[in-house]
Amino acid sequence: MKIVIVGCGRVGASTAQLWDAAGHEVIVLDIATRAFERLPSTFGGSAIRGDGTDEDVLRRAGAEGADVLVALTEGDNRNVMSAQLAVEALAIPRVVAKINDPVRAAAYAELGIATVCRTGLMADALNVHLGLPPSDLPGMLAATGHHPSGEHADHGDATQGTPDKNAAPRAAVEA
Amino acid sequence: MFVLVVGGGKVGYYLAKELIDSGHEVALMEKDSTRARQITDEIGSIVIPHDGCEGKYLAEAGCNRADVVAAVTGDDEDNLVICQMAKHHFDVPRTIARVNNPKNEVLFRHLGVDELVSPTRMILGSIEQDIPVHELLHLAALGEGELEIIEAHLQAGSPAIGRSPNDLDMPEGCSLFAVIREGIASPLRPETILREGDKVIAIGKQECETMLRGQLIGDPEAVAAG
Repeated sequence: MKIVIVGCGRVGASTAQLWDAAGHEVIVLDIATRAFERLPSTFGGSAIRGDGTDEDVLRRAGAEGADVLVALTEGDNRNVMSAQLAVEALAIPRVVAKINDPVRAAAYAELGIATVCRTGLMADALNVHLGLPPSDLPGMLAATGHHPSGEHADHGDATQGTPDKNAAPRAAVEA
Repeated sequence: MFVLVVGGGKVGYYLAKELIDSGHEVALMEKDSTRARQITDEIGSIVIPHDGCEGKYLAEAGCNRADVVAAVTGDDEDNLVICQMAKHHFDVPRTIARVNNPKNEVLFRHLGVDELVSPTRMILGSIEQDIPVHELLHLAALGEGELEIIEAHLQAGSPAIGRSPNDLDMPEGCSLFAVIREGIASPLRPETILREGDKVIAIGKQECETMLRGQLIGDPEAVAAG
């Protein structure tokens, strides 16, 4: 798969390394070149300095035609914006935004963006470890709603269909 | 009306002040506590000293009963999130966002922000209107910018001078419809002979611009030489 990672922090750099080693084509962006020091020298993907909330930058970085975009910067809103640009402007079929605010994480899943919320993930990891009951905080949430771009596609089914179905004509065009 | 303003910079501050003066109920959210205190001292206790992007604080600020939410922080991504949360999570009927990067306008509109204010585009528009270069002037964009209304000022060297629209090779999807001559605007007839100093108003697709420029303005260096 071609995977774009926005934000080369600990999580960004670790996943970049993992997915690169697993044989995927990885592009990682960060606004600071220093962030790329977290990548191992064996990293074979591309590391590009730039703002992942800017459509032009994403295009120049080669994000067009990517299968996946994961937005992992430290700003919830930057992640939301980057993920939505990926869906709307670049038609990337699978997109995940890291959103640490549980309210926003749940809201954006309903709006059609898959979200991952560190707050919920960690709270529940701790609960499990301590033998306490789980929280109702969001962790990894799949998109339940439709992103606006989905409205233009006239597919019938309502569950999770939009991203994958968008992928089909793209692949056909590129093939 | 109850207006929730998010972002206590210069824009948010003056906006809140003006709204209060016009008798509206206003709440202003500003996450920087020093700035929040400063505004409170000046215009009273309408300030919520918290991040307006955070769902919890939007709820506390009464977002669910706001008639209008105006997101005027300096960051586009924050303004987008504020408007989306207001619209979809709190059912606010009208959302307004400040947009700094004009490229974001399409996305914002598409994602349901009701009104956009782009200082960059406004200033750009003013500058373009003031520059007396041999360029085409963009008067307006129709729809989502597919069609544009463009003004071309015919100056010495323009290949269109002495010719009529009939004689010009207009690109597909583009037509000339009016002429301003000595300050008087009139519909442009296919047989009207164009003169130096005329301002020709055209409507056409964005991609026609280069051809339009070639027909009405000509080669800029030749113009300068002429």
